[in-house]
Amino acid sequence: MSKTATNADSLLIESARLLDPASGLDATGFLGIRDGKIAYVGKTRPKDKYAKSIDAKGLWLMPGLVDLAARFREPGLTTKATIVTETRAAQAGGITAVVLPPDTSPVIDSPAVVDRIRGKALAAGGLDIHMLGALTKGLAGEALAEMSSLKQAGCIGVSNAAFGLRDSLMGRRALEYAQGLGLTVHVFPQNPALANGGCAHEGPVATRLGLLPIPEAAEVSAIRFWITLVEDTGASVHFGRLSTARGAALVEAAQKRGLPVTADVAAHQLFLIDTDVEGFNAMCHVIPPLRSADDRDALRAAVKRGVIGAICSDHQPHEADAKTNPFPLTEPGISGLETLLPLTLRLVHEKILTPLQAAERLSGTPAKIAGIAAGTLSVGQSADLVLINPNTRWTLQADALLSNGHNTPFAGSAFTGQVQKTLYRGRTVYNQ
Amino acid sequence: MTSNIQLDSSGRLKHLLTLEGLSKPLILQILDQAAAFADATQGRDKKLDHLRGRTVINLFFEASTRTRTTFELAATRLSADVLNLQVAASSTSKGETLLDTLKTLEAMQADMFVIRHDASGAAHFFAEHAAPGVAILNAGDGRHAHPTQGLLDMYTIRKAKGDFSKLKVAIVGDVVHSRVARSNIHALRTLGAKEIRVVAPPTLVPAGIEQMGVKVFHSLEAGLDGVDVVILLRLQKERMLGAFLPSMSEFHRDFGLTKARIKHLKPDAIIMHPGPINRGVEIEGDVAYGPRSLILQQVSHGIAVRMAVMAMILGREPETEVAPKTKTKKSARAAR
Repeated sequence: MSKTATNADSLLIESARLLDPASGLDATGFLGIRDGKIAYVGKTRPKDKYAKSIDAKGLWLMPGLVDLAARFREPGLTTKATIVTETRAAQAGGITAVVLPPDTSPVIDSPAVVDRIRGKALAAGGLDIHMLGALTKGLAGEALAEMSSLKQAGCIGVSNAAFGLRDSLMGRRALEYAQGLGLTVHVFPQNPALANGGCAHEGPVATRLGLLPIPEAAEVSAIRFWITLVEDTGASVHFGRLSTARGAALVEAAQKRGLPVTADVAAHQLFLIDTDVEGFNAMCHVIPPLRSADDRDALRAAVKRGVIGAICSDHQPHEADAKTNPFPLTEPGISGLETLLPLTLRLVHEKILTPLQAAERLSGTPAKIAGIAAGTLSVGQSADLVLINPNTRWTLQADALLSNGHNTPFAGSAFTGQVQKTLYRGRTVYNQ
Repeated sequence: MTSNIQLDSSGRLKHLLTLEGLSKPLILQILDQAAAFADATQGRDKKLDHLRGRTVINLFFEASTRTRTTFELAATRLSADVLNLQVAASSTSKGETLLDTLKTLEAMQADMFVIRHDASGAAHFFAEHAAPGVAILNAGDGRHAHPTQGLLDMYTIRKAKGDFSKLKVAIVGDVVHSRVARSNIHALRTLGAKEIRVVAPPTLVPAGIEQMGVKVFHSLEAGLDGVDVVILLRLQKERMLGAFLPSMSEFHRDFGLTKARIKHLKPDAIIMHPGPINRGVEIEGDVAYGPRSLILQQVSHGIAVRMAVMAMILGREPETEVAPKTKTKKSARAAR
């Protein structure tokens, strides 16, 4: 690209509230973009000229969101969604980087599958799509996957998604092997035997509705097990989708002892609780299940303290039929890409997080966990940004979601704060 | 509240999905109506007119003989046209969804579906998707609810004991898997039973059941002490072994109702069981057919109760040959 062309594309965002989790900057100022990269950040107007400018007075500008868990359903389940449809939904959600779990069909356990997804991601364009490789072949839990090849192919970590391992020894070996490669192991902490095919939090609501329960112990025992192995191996483990107060407490204690463990939570888990499944509301069928109000409050506190460093969408788009069944027979999951930011902004409005902390949980820390260059407003970084109007009041309509999955329990919910613009490499990929 | 969709705007039954949330007057109204039907079907001619011209489809996704039979008898005695469909779980795996099944049968102009399904919430699902004017009667959904069983148990208790407010009731056995237990607990609470107990080893008691208003006992002797009513639950042997109980004989040793244990009960206590019983497991054969047992009466009460629910839901007022008995009923009529 010639210099003149670049300058013609240069853009100055003026008078935005800049929120940079990396530097701790929270001030009104200017951000200049050239060559798809951040060229200037400051409280005063830059001296050099920009071809275009945006008056962003009253708006917040933060790094584009980094979503640590989103299912795009491709390859394998394209009746639910595709990389193209979900890329558009992510952009509308202010997300500029996502991490896909390996539980596609076929599973992401070979470089060929990685390349296939990357090809589709590039064709869709305008979103960084990262992948977790499988921890075991076919996620079957029987044999180690070729993690070194997966790393070489570009996987930013490894995971066995929601699938169990043959035995504890397999867990230990997998962790050792990943540690040797410097790969973070992303653990979905749920002991399958204790979860026992359940669909609701063990407690009075599941008991009254006769829903097969998932005890807290399913999560707590898994976290305890993996922390024990981290103590032995020194491997980095990221716990994804916490749901219990006790689980969060275990992670916090491990962090205090200096162990390399991190955690995230799905945004909906910070709002919905077990009573939301009353009336057999299939939109609230999620795994891990919606737990007690005390659990939710403890998760919020853990997010505030940074024990849970990242909030993710846990996006799981479904076709309508998947939720059209008696509750236990419906497929779990929420279409979450487009509610990740609005829900997190609710935490800001409720004074649980500061705007800067919100930016940190949505971009700064998840980028660090994923080991990717994102989540900052530093000069020289890719200009992957989201411009937010924090005061816009709007009501979510399920049919208005860009995701192929309209399965959201937040249909009809009122939100304050909305994505105004999403920029990827300096280019506007979404405009409200 | 999970039950709003079963009532219309004036609080009348539109579907029967669960006893949770039904008012005491409404439950008593059903029981009164059942008593009237029981009287009216005493003689040789048991045929009544209430559902003439109506079509009732028994749609059973779970095997059942006695429940389906009593529903069939109830509908037939009310002169409905009845269709029995036993749908194997496999037929839904042919690609037809539950919703497809419902819509297909609705097209046959059914007025009521009596549905049994092994998924909790199935009845709610059908009620949410049923066409206006099509009624859903829950004949058992997973572990959630079996409202007509709960009602017939209340009918049986009321007939034997009258007032609920002085009664201590023990529900014994496999509570965790039991929709009968849940429906009975809701009904007993609404009707104002003095004390409701569940008695079982901890593996058979679901978490947080205390919040349904019951006391939990893990010893049968203590649990039976001073009770007026014992409701035994059926143990599904195949489901129990190894995972929930070491053996049937150990369960019987600790929780089986034997002649010796009956001594702990009040002298006039009654014994109930939704059936079919496992002799020598929940109960000794002698006790099952002994003088305190109302197990067979429960079955015949089931027909009257199901007639009452069907007649009330399908909205036609009781005909003159079945005189309404209660004040509630009378004033409701007068208001019209």
